[in-house]
Amino acid sequence: MIRLMDVCKEYDNGTKALNGVNLRIDDGEFVFLVGPSGSGKSTIIKLLTAEVASTSGRVMVNGYNLNNIRRWQVPYMRRTLGVIFQDFRLIEKKTVRGNLEFVMRIIGATPREMRRRIPYVLDLVGLGDKAEVYPNQMSGGEQQRVAIARALINNPEMIIADEPTGNLDPQRSLEIMTLLERINSMGTTMLVVTHEKELVNRFSKRVVAIQDGTLISDERGGYYQYEKSV
Amino acid sequence: MKNRFNLGYFLREGFGSIFTHGLMSFAAVCMIVACLLIMGSFALLAINAERMLSQAEDDNEFLAIIEETYTDQQIAQLQAQVSQVDNVLSVTFITREQAKEDYLGEHADEGLYAEISDEVFRDRLSIHVEDLEQFDQTVAAVEALPGVVNIRAMGELARGFVTVRNVAAALATALVVILAAVSLFIISNTIRLATFTRREEIAIMKMCGATDGFVRWPFVFEGLMLGLAGALVAFLAQWGIYTAVYRMVEVNGAMGMFPLMRFGAIGWPVLGIFLLSGALIGACGSGLAIRRFLQV
Repeated sequence: MIRLMDVCKEYDNGTKALNGVNLRIDDGEFVFLVGPSGSGKSTIIKLLTAEVASTSGRVMVNGYNLNNIRRWQVPYMRRTLGVIFQDFRLIEKKTVRGNLEFVMRIIGATPREMRRRIPYVLDLVGLGDKAEVYPNQMSGGEQQRVAIARALINNPEMIIADEPTGNLDPQRSLEIMTLLERINSMGTTMLVVTHEKELVNRFSKRVVAIQDGTLISDERGGYYQYEKSV
Repeated sequence: MKNRFNLGYFLREGFGSIFTHGLMSFAAVCMIVACLLIMGSFALLAINAERMLSQAEDDNEFLAIIEETYTDQQIAQLQAQVSQVDNVLSVTFITREQAKEDYLGEHADEGLYAEISDEVFRDRLSIHVEDLEQFDQTVAAVEALPGVVNIRAMGELARGFVTVRNVAAALATALVVILAAVSLFIISNTIRLATFTRREEIAIMKMCGATDGFVRWPFVFEGLMLGLAGALVAFLAQWGIYTAVYRMVEVNGAMGMFPLMRFGAIGWPVLGIFLLSGALIGACGSGLAIRRFLQV
């Protein structure tokens, strides 16, 4: 579960990124976070992953209060999250299996646990036969599926996807979003930051719109509310 | 799942990284070799100077020539007075006859002195000192005693040994500090460059919940292995250089004046110190280098 209570963020250079944001995302929800560039979407993600701290207000993520979280607790908080990036951020010199093992090793998984979990997750994202392939031998859509598998591999409570379809064609984007919806239906909370109006409209989920650091709409089952509001 | 200290994984990653950044690794090893070699050379110089000084102290003496008119009783009193002087280890009375014999013994080949009269020599006290650093003060104190008409001392030699030892020890200490800092800086930068190329990987690790320790250990092991490799090469080079110097001194017949220690007698401690220094420099350098990249 995520809770942002009256959160403000001002960077050292004086930029006010967030201005009194209140947001609650319950377990199992699927939420689109939309807004123009510079609206504060990335800052929200950075706050949730504890890359930056809020200037004021409270931030709670999966039971961790990020306002007074200790440095040594941050990795454990992050293990409750899976993060997917627009540019995939896979390790090119490792195979698909290597990329997933790498992340499982971080949490101290045994080789046996890896052998059991990796084929399951690869099957889930439709890459059961690509375990020994290197990322640069795959299409963009496949690479993003590997990134989704990596986000899923440690069974997080929530997945945060930052423009997951930004580098993909419409067909691959639809496939990826369908996959994320499927993962959400299995119980994982999903927060997807996107610009893809068509996709947002098509999936008809909760849409939170942000502009100039302020939430301007929060509609359940809605369409691209941001465009409607401005 | 709990955190496990996966030594095998950390070692594999660290070892692999050495070859991935081969040129950087080579530069780091070369720097460690150079630093340890310079440090080691001065330390060995200091050790040998200290040893020579100890040997010089063992048989270091000066002679106090006694007033010609002194009777046996006065000489005995003077001997007692001299033995009370600070830093005097022992006092031996030498008669003029013994002095002549000693002199002739030292100049056996020189027939010129065969007919020399006893009267040329004088009774004397042979005085051994305890600490060469106080040699001059001791000589002055003995010279001031009534009944002592002259002093014969090899003060220059004593002072020379003290100077060599002190300078070498000071240089060795200063160099250890300076070169350790330089090595640390260089290996730290070397590993930092290697780390820079892997910053994306580190950022992914951190975002996936890797602890600082998990990210840091492979780099620390990499530095450790580079440090140990450098220490080993430096030790072999030091061995070769020292042995060459030793042979040169031996061939030139200067061993009596500069009795160097055999490398075999100090080899193990030198190896131990080199390995420890290399490992510390490597591991600490890496630990420092990675710090900045952990702020994700």
